[in-house]
Amino acid sequence: MIQTINFLKPNRDNIKNYSIIGTFLVLVSLIDVISNAFLKINLTSFLPGSLTTLFPLIIGLIGLNMMRIDYSGNKKLDLLNKNINTNNFNALLTLLILFSIIKALPQSLSWMIFDATISGDSKDACTGTGACWTYIKVWFRRFMYGMYPNEFHWRINTAFILVIALGFVGYFMKENLKKYLALYYVIIYPVIAYLVIYYLISGGSFGLQWVETGAWGGLSLTFIVSFFCLIFCFPLGMIFALGRRSNLPAIKYISICYIEFWRGVPLITVLFMSSVMFPMFLPEDFFMDKLVRVIIAITLFEAAYCAEVIRGGLQSLPRGQYDAAKSLGMGYWKMHIFVILPQALKLVIPGIANTFLALVKDTPLIFVVGLAELAGMLALAKTNPKWLGFAMEGYIFASIIFWIICYAMSKYSYNLEAKYKTER
Amino acid sequence: MSDPIIKIQNMNKWFGDFQVLKNINLEVETNKKIVVCGPSGSGKSTLIRCINRLEEHQEGDIIVDGNELSEKTKDIEKIRAEVGMVFQQFNLFPHLSILDNCTLAPIWVKKMPKKEAQELALDQLKKVQIDDQANKFPGQLSGGQQQRCAIARALCMQPKIMLFDEPTSALDPEMIKEVLDAMVSLAKGGMTMIVVTHEMGFAKEVADEVIFMDEGMIIEKAETKEFFANPKSDRTKLFLSQIL
Repeated sequence: MIQTINFLKPNRDNIKNYSIIGTFLVLVSLIDVISNAFLKINLTSFLPGSLTTLFPLIIGLIGLNMMRIDYSGNKKLDLLNKNINTNNFNALLTLLILFSIIKALPQSLSWMIFDATISGDSKDACTGTGACWTYIKVWFRRFMYGMYPNEFHWRINTAFILVIALGFVGYFMKENLKKYLALYYVIIYPVIAYLVIYYLISGGSFGLQWVETGAWGGLSLTFIVSFFCLIFCFPLGMIFALGRRSNLPAIKYISICYIEFWRGVPLITVLFMSSVMFPMFLPEDFFMDKLVRVIIAITLFEAAYCAEVIRGGLQSLPRGQYDAAKSLGMGYWKMHIFVILPQALKLVIPGIANTFLALVKDTPLIFVVGLAELAGMLALAKTNPKWLGFAMEGYIFASIIFWIICYAMSKYSYNLEAKYKTER
Repeated sequence: MSDPIIKIQNMNKWFGDFQVLKNINLEVETNKKIVVCGPSGSGKSTLIRCINRLEEHQEGDIIVDGNELSEKTKDIEKIRAEVGMVFQQFNLFPHLSILDNCTLAPIWVKKMPKKEAQELALDQLKKVQIDDQANKFPGQLSGGQQQRCAIARALCMQPKIMLFDEPTSALDPEMIKEVLDAMVSLAKGGMTMIVVTHEMGFAKEVADEVIFMDEGMIIEKAETKEFFANPKSDRTKLFLSQIL
């Protein structure tokens, strides 16, 4: 009796009827929206006013309601119900999200692909209504290498390949050399990388022409700045994290002051100070390149954040681990190197990845002191009189590049997490 | 009578304003097994943590193997290396395999060659019957197995004294026996042991002396048979009547 009245309430006895009718109704609503968005045909024009707009939503809701059968036995249907169709509110959200994606798709597709231009090599080629990828194509080398002379781009490429290859040396080290791994990555590797970049990209010796750092730029500068900041800020942060937990008052308060100072000032002022104020305090004949000053400034700044993240990891270890290490006769350094830090660092991988991603995305700020990395080059390019009005394309291009870099980094951090997982 | 290996004289300890240990006097001779019992909060754990200076005492003297423990003690690590300790919560290092747990300290503290340390570790693991688990990680073992590994790890340092801080309190009843068996065989091997425990069966079987503590004081200290047969103080009688 009740079931005949409440015909919208599905049950297991006639799963087939309900699921088929439900699927049909949802399909009808989707077809209506799609035809509306892509073909500009209104299938429900016979309905009065506002009902036309609401029609797909109502039909879709009824359809999803009829499909909502617990433990239907159909795996796909169960998956659907469990994830996006648990109740009427979720069904409504699902439909609204689907509809907005469908509505937005034709415009963005036609702007980005169908109406876009990529041929030609000047602004005149871009006559369509879509995006002007010609702009990216023409400026591509500038976005990658900045003002670095075109004929020397191979030097940057070679330097990067060398640095990356050297980074993999650790994987091929022999077993008996493994104990020097940390030493290699913390001290030797950065020095070698610095020398490679100095001699290859800066030049000035071995018959290579000198290119001053002011001409460096684009994505390659993003990489150089992020690379050095990342490898230096991590060990520095570790030292300050340990320092802040030290029993020796002098070390403890120096660390606290350091961390609180650098966390309290905005990065942009730090960069200004490093490029404008800092040289004033130096002796006349002492010269330090602006790029080096900027890298040091960002490193010191991010080290404070790293320190706090690592300290969080240190504090989350139970006291028993310290007790056990001490009772085996380990001193402060042995206890930290073999027992505490390996566990703490494993715990803070997500937090460190977070800090590193933020660092990479902070590098565009160095534009304020006149170093034009990727985003900086965009800002220069969009004000070029010959190429006015293409800021949108440029920013989309930059966000795609940054997204790829950051996604790769976060993927790598997930891999590390999985690799060092030993509990259970 | 040989010289006592552990000597505690008039020792007092405070946590802030709260006095946890009051006027403790204790002498332990080599090869003696001492069981410390008492209600929770009576300072048993703090007492044995003081013996390898995981806790600092404020007054009195603690002399371990001829070395006095104080703020001036320079190489506390050396003394700790001679005193093995087993904890209630096992405290194995979860990022290292069972074998590495056992070889870490011998290799880096005692500078033992790696091969020798591994042989020693496997030998000790065999004695507690978990040598077949040597390459697993602590998280993959049962509580009883973990505690036996912790005993083996402490023994790998070849200590002169072993301290046990309620080694069976965090275990399932079924696993208590396997850990106690390991401790009994260790005791029979002639190790000097101080054991904080509520396992009175274990005390009766191996202990030379039993100490009863309450409110930070040693209430009663007697030979095992004497302690169980006719306890002197009323507090001990009450405790025994409740626990047995």
